[in-house]
Amino acid sequence: MLAEIPGIKHEPLEDGRLLINIGPQHPSTHGVLQVLVELEGEVILSAQPELGYLHRCFEKIAEKWTYPQIVPLTDRLDYISAIFNEWAYCRAVESLLEIEVPERAEYLRVIMAELNRITSHLIGVGTFGLDLGATTPFTWALRVREEFLNLFELVTGARQMNHYLRIGGVKQDLPEEFPALVEKVFVLLDEFLEDYQTLLLDNPIFLVRTKSIGVLDPQVALAYGATGPFLRASGVPLDLRVSEPYSVYDRFSFQVPTASNGDCYDRTKVRLEEMRESASIVRQALKQLPDGEIRAKTPKVLKVPAGEVYTAVESARGEMGVYLVSDGGTSPYRLKWRSPSFVNLSTLPVLVKGAKLADFIAILGSIDIILGEVDR
Amino acid sequence: MALIPPAKKIILPEEAVTDPKIPLAQLPLPDGVNLNIKRLVQWGRKSSIWYLSFGIACCAIEGLMSAGGPRFDLDRLGMFFRATPRQADLMIVAGNVNLKMADVVRTLYDQMPEPKYVLAMGSCACSGGPFRGSYNMIDGVDQVIPVDVYVPGCPPRPEAVIDGILRLQEKIMAQAEQED
Repeated sequence: MLAEIPGIKHEPLEDGRLLINIGPQHPSTHGVLQVLVELEGEVILSAQPELGYLHRCFEKIAEKWTYPQIVPLTDRLDYISAIFNEWAYCRAVESLLEIEVPERAEYLRVIMAELNRITSHLIGVGTFGLDLGATTPFTWALRVREEFLNLFELVTGARQMNHYLRIGGVKQDLPEEFPALVEKVFVLLDEFLEDYQTLLLDNPIFLVRTKSIGVLDPQVALAYGATGPFLRASGVPLDLRVSEPYSVYDRFSFQVPTASNGDCYDRTKVRLEEMRESASIVRQALKQLPDGEIRAKTPKVLKVPAGEVYTAVESARGEMGVYLVSDGGTSPYRLKWRSPSFVNLSTLPVLVKGAKLADFIAILGSIDIILGEVDR
Repeated sequence: MALIPPAKKIILPEEAVTDPKIPLAQLPLPDGVNLNIKRLVQWGRKSSIWYLSFGIACCAIEGLMSAGGPRFDLDRLGMFFRATPRQADLMIVAGNVNLKMADVVRTLYDQMPEPKYVLAMGSCACSGGPFRGSYNMIDGVDQVIPVDVYVPGCPPRPEAVIDGILRLQEKIMAQAEQED
C-alpha cells in the first residue's frame, strides 16, 4: 500500500526512524482512515492522516438532484447522527425559501435530534472503551442504544437512516405512547451512565491510559476551528445551541458541560454529561410540546430563489454547517459541507506529536470521528 | 465392584451422517455408520465463520456493530470478528467501495486464506446504491472481488444480514455435494 501513495518514499528512513502505516483496514480507525506515523523508538515524531477512502462524491451528486431528494442523501454523511445532517440542510433551504417552520415541528426536531445525540455519544463512548481493550462497555452501550433505536423506528420508520425531516417540517407526528416509552428508556440510560462511571471512569487502568493523554490546548483548538465536545473538553464553552440559539433552543434550560484539562478522559466525561443534558432537554420539550401543524405548505416543485446562505447546527460532533448556493433552479448550484469531524481530525498531528504509539489509538478514538463526514 | 461407565456414544452432527448409498470417504467407524468427511468439514466451516472486522461506511454500524452486539449477537452462529484478514473466512463488505478503496479491498481479499467468502452488504456494495454512476465510485464490489451473497438495503437491518449469513451457510453446505 505504502508504495502506491504518491509523495511517500518507500525507503528505510535515516537515524533508525520508522515509518508505519495505520489503516485503512484497522479495527480502531473508526472507518477507513489511513495514518502515516513516523516513529523514533516508541515516540511519535509526526502523523499524517490520509483521507479519501470514503469519498462518495456527495457534493457533486447534490448538484443534479432536486432539493427534496437530497434530504435522504444527507443521512449518509454522519451516519451515526443522521438527524443533524438533515436539520442543517433543511434549515439552509428553508431560510432561502423563507418558510416559517411550524412550532410543533421545531419541537419534534429538537426531540429527535437530542435523542440522536444520545445514541451517537453511546457509540462514541462505547467504541472508545473498545479501543482501549474493554469490550464490556461497548456491548452495554449497544444494549441501551438498541432501545433508543426502537424509539426511532417507532417515530421515523428507520433505525439509523431516519429521513425524518422534510423541508418545512417533519414527516409524521409522535405516537401517543411516545412520552411514556421515552421515560422507560431514560431509566435504562441512567443505569448505563452509572455503570459506565464505575466500569471505566473509576477504573485505574482507564485513568492511566486517558489522563493527561492527548492534551489539547484551547488556543490550538480554536486556531484549528475545533468544535463540539472535543473543544468543550478543553474548557471553551462554545455551543451553537447557546451562543446562536436556533430553532426553539432558547426555551429550554440546560447546561453546557465543559472540562478543564482537554485530555482523553475529559472528552469522554463531557460526552457522558451531554447525554444527561440531552435527556433533560427531551423531557422539557415533551412537556412544552404545543399543538398544531407539523409541516409548512411547500410547492410541489421546489424552486429555491437565487442566493446563498450558511446555516449550522450543533451536531453530536460539533458545528455541522451547510453553505448552499442557489441559482433559482430545482437543484443546488453548490452545496458545501462544513463537517465537524474533518476539522477536529485536522488537530490529530498536533495531538499525537510526542505521544507514545500505544496512546495513538486512545487519542484517535477520543476525537470520535465519522469517516463518512470527513471524506463526504 | 466398581461400576464401569458405559462407553461414550459418538454423537455425530446430523448432516455428517449420510446415506450409505453415497459414501464419499470411509473411516474406521462402528458398523452401520458412514461418515461423509466432506460434509463434516463443511459443517465445521459453516459453524465457525470468522469475519473480518472491516467496516467501510454506514453499513458497518448495522452489519458489524449492531449485528455483533448484544441483541442480534452473531456469536451464537459461531461468528466472531478478527482484526486481520489472515484469520478471517468471511469478508462483509459493509459500504461503498470507491476507486481509492478498491485496491485495498482486493489486497485484503487476497490475504484471506482459502476457503473464503464475501458478503456484499447494502445497496452500495451490491450495485452502487444512491452513489451509482458517480465519478469516483465502483458500482458494486463484485467488479473487484467475487461475491457469494448479496444483502440489499440502505442499510439492511441486522436481521437481513443474519439471513444473508444463513444463506451463506446453505451455500457452504451445498459445496460438500459438489464433484471435485
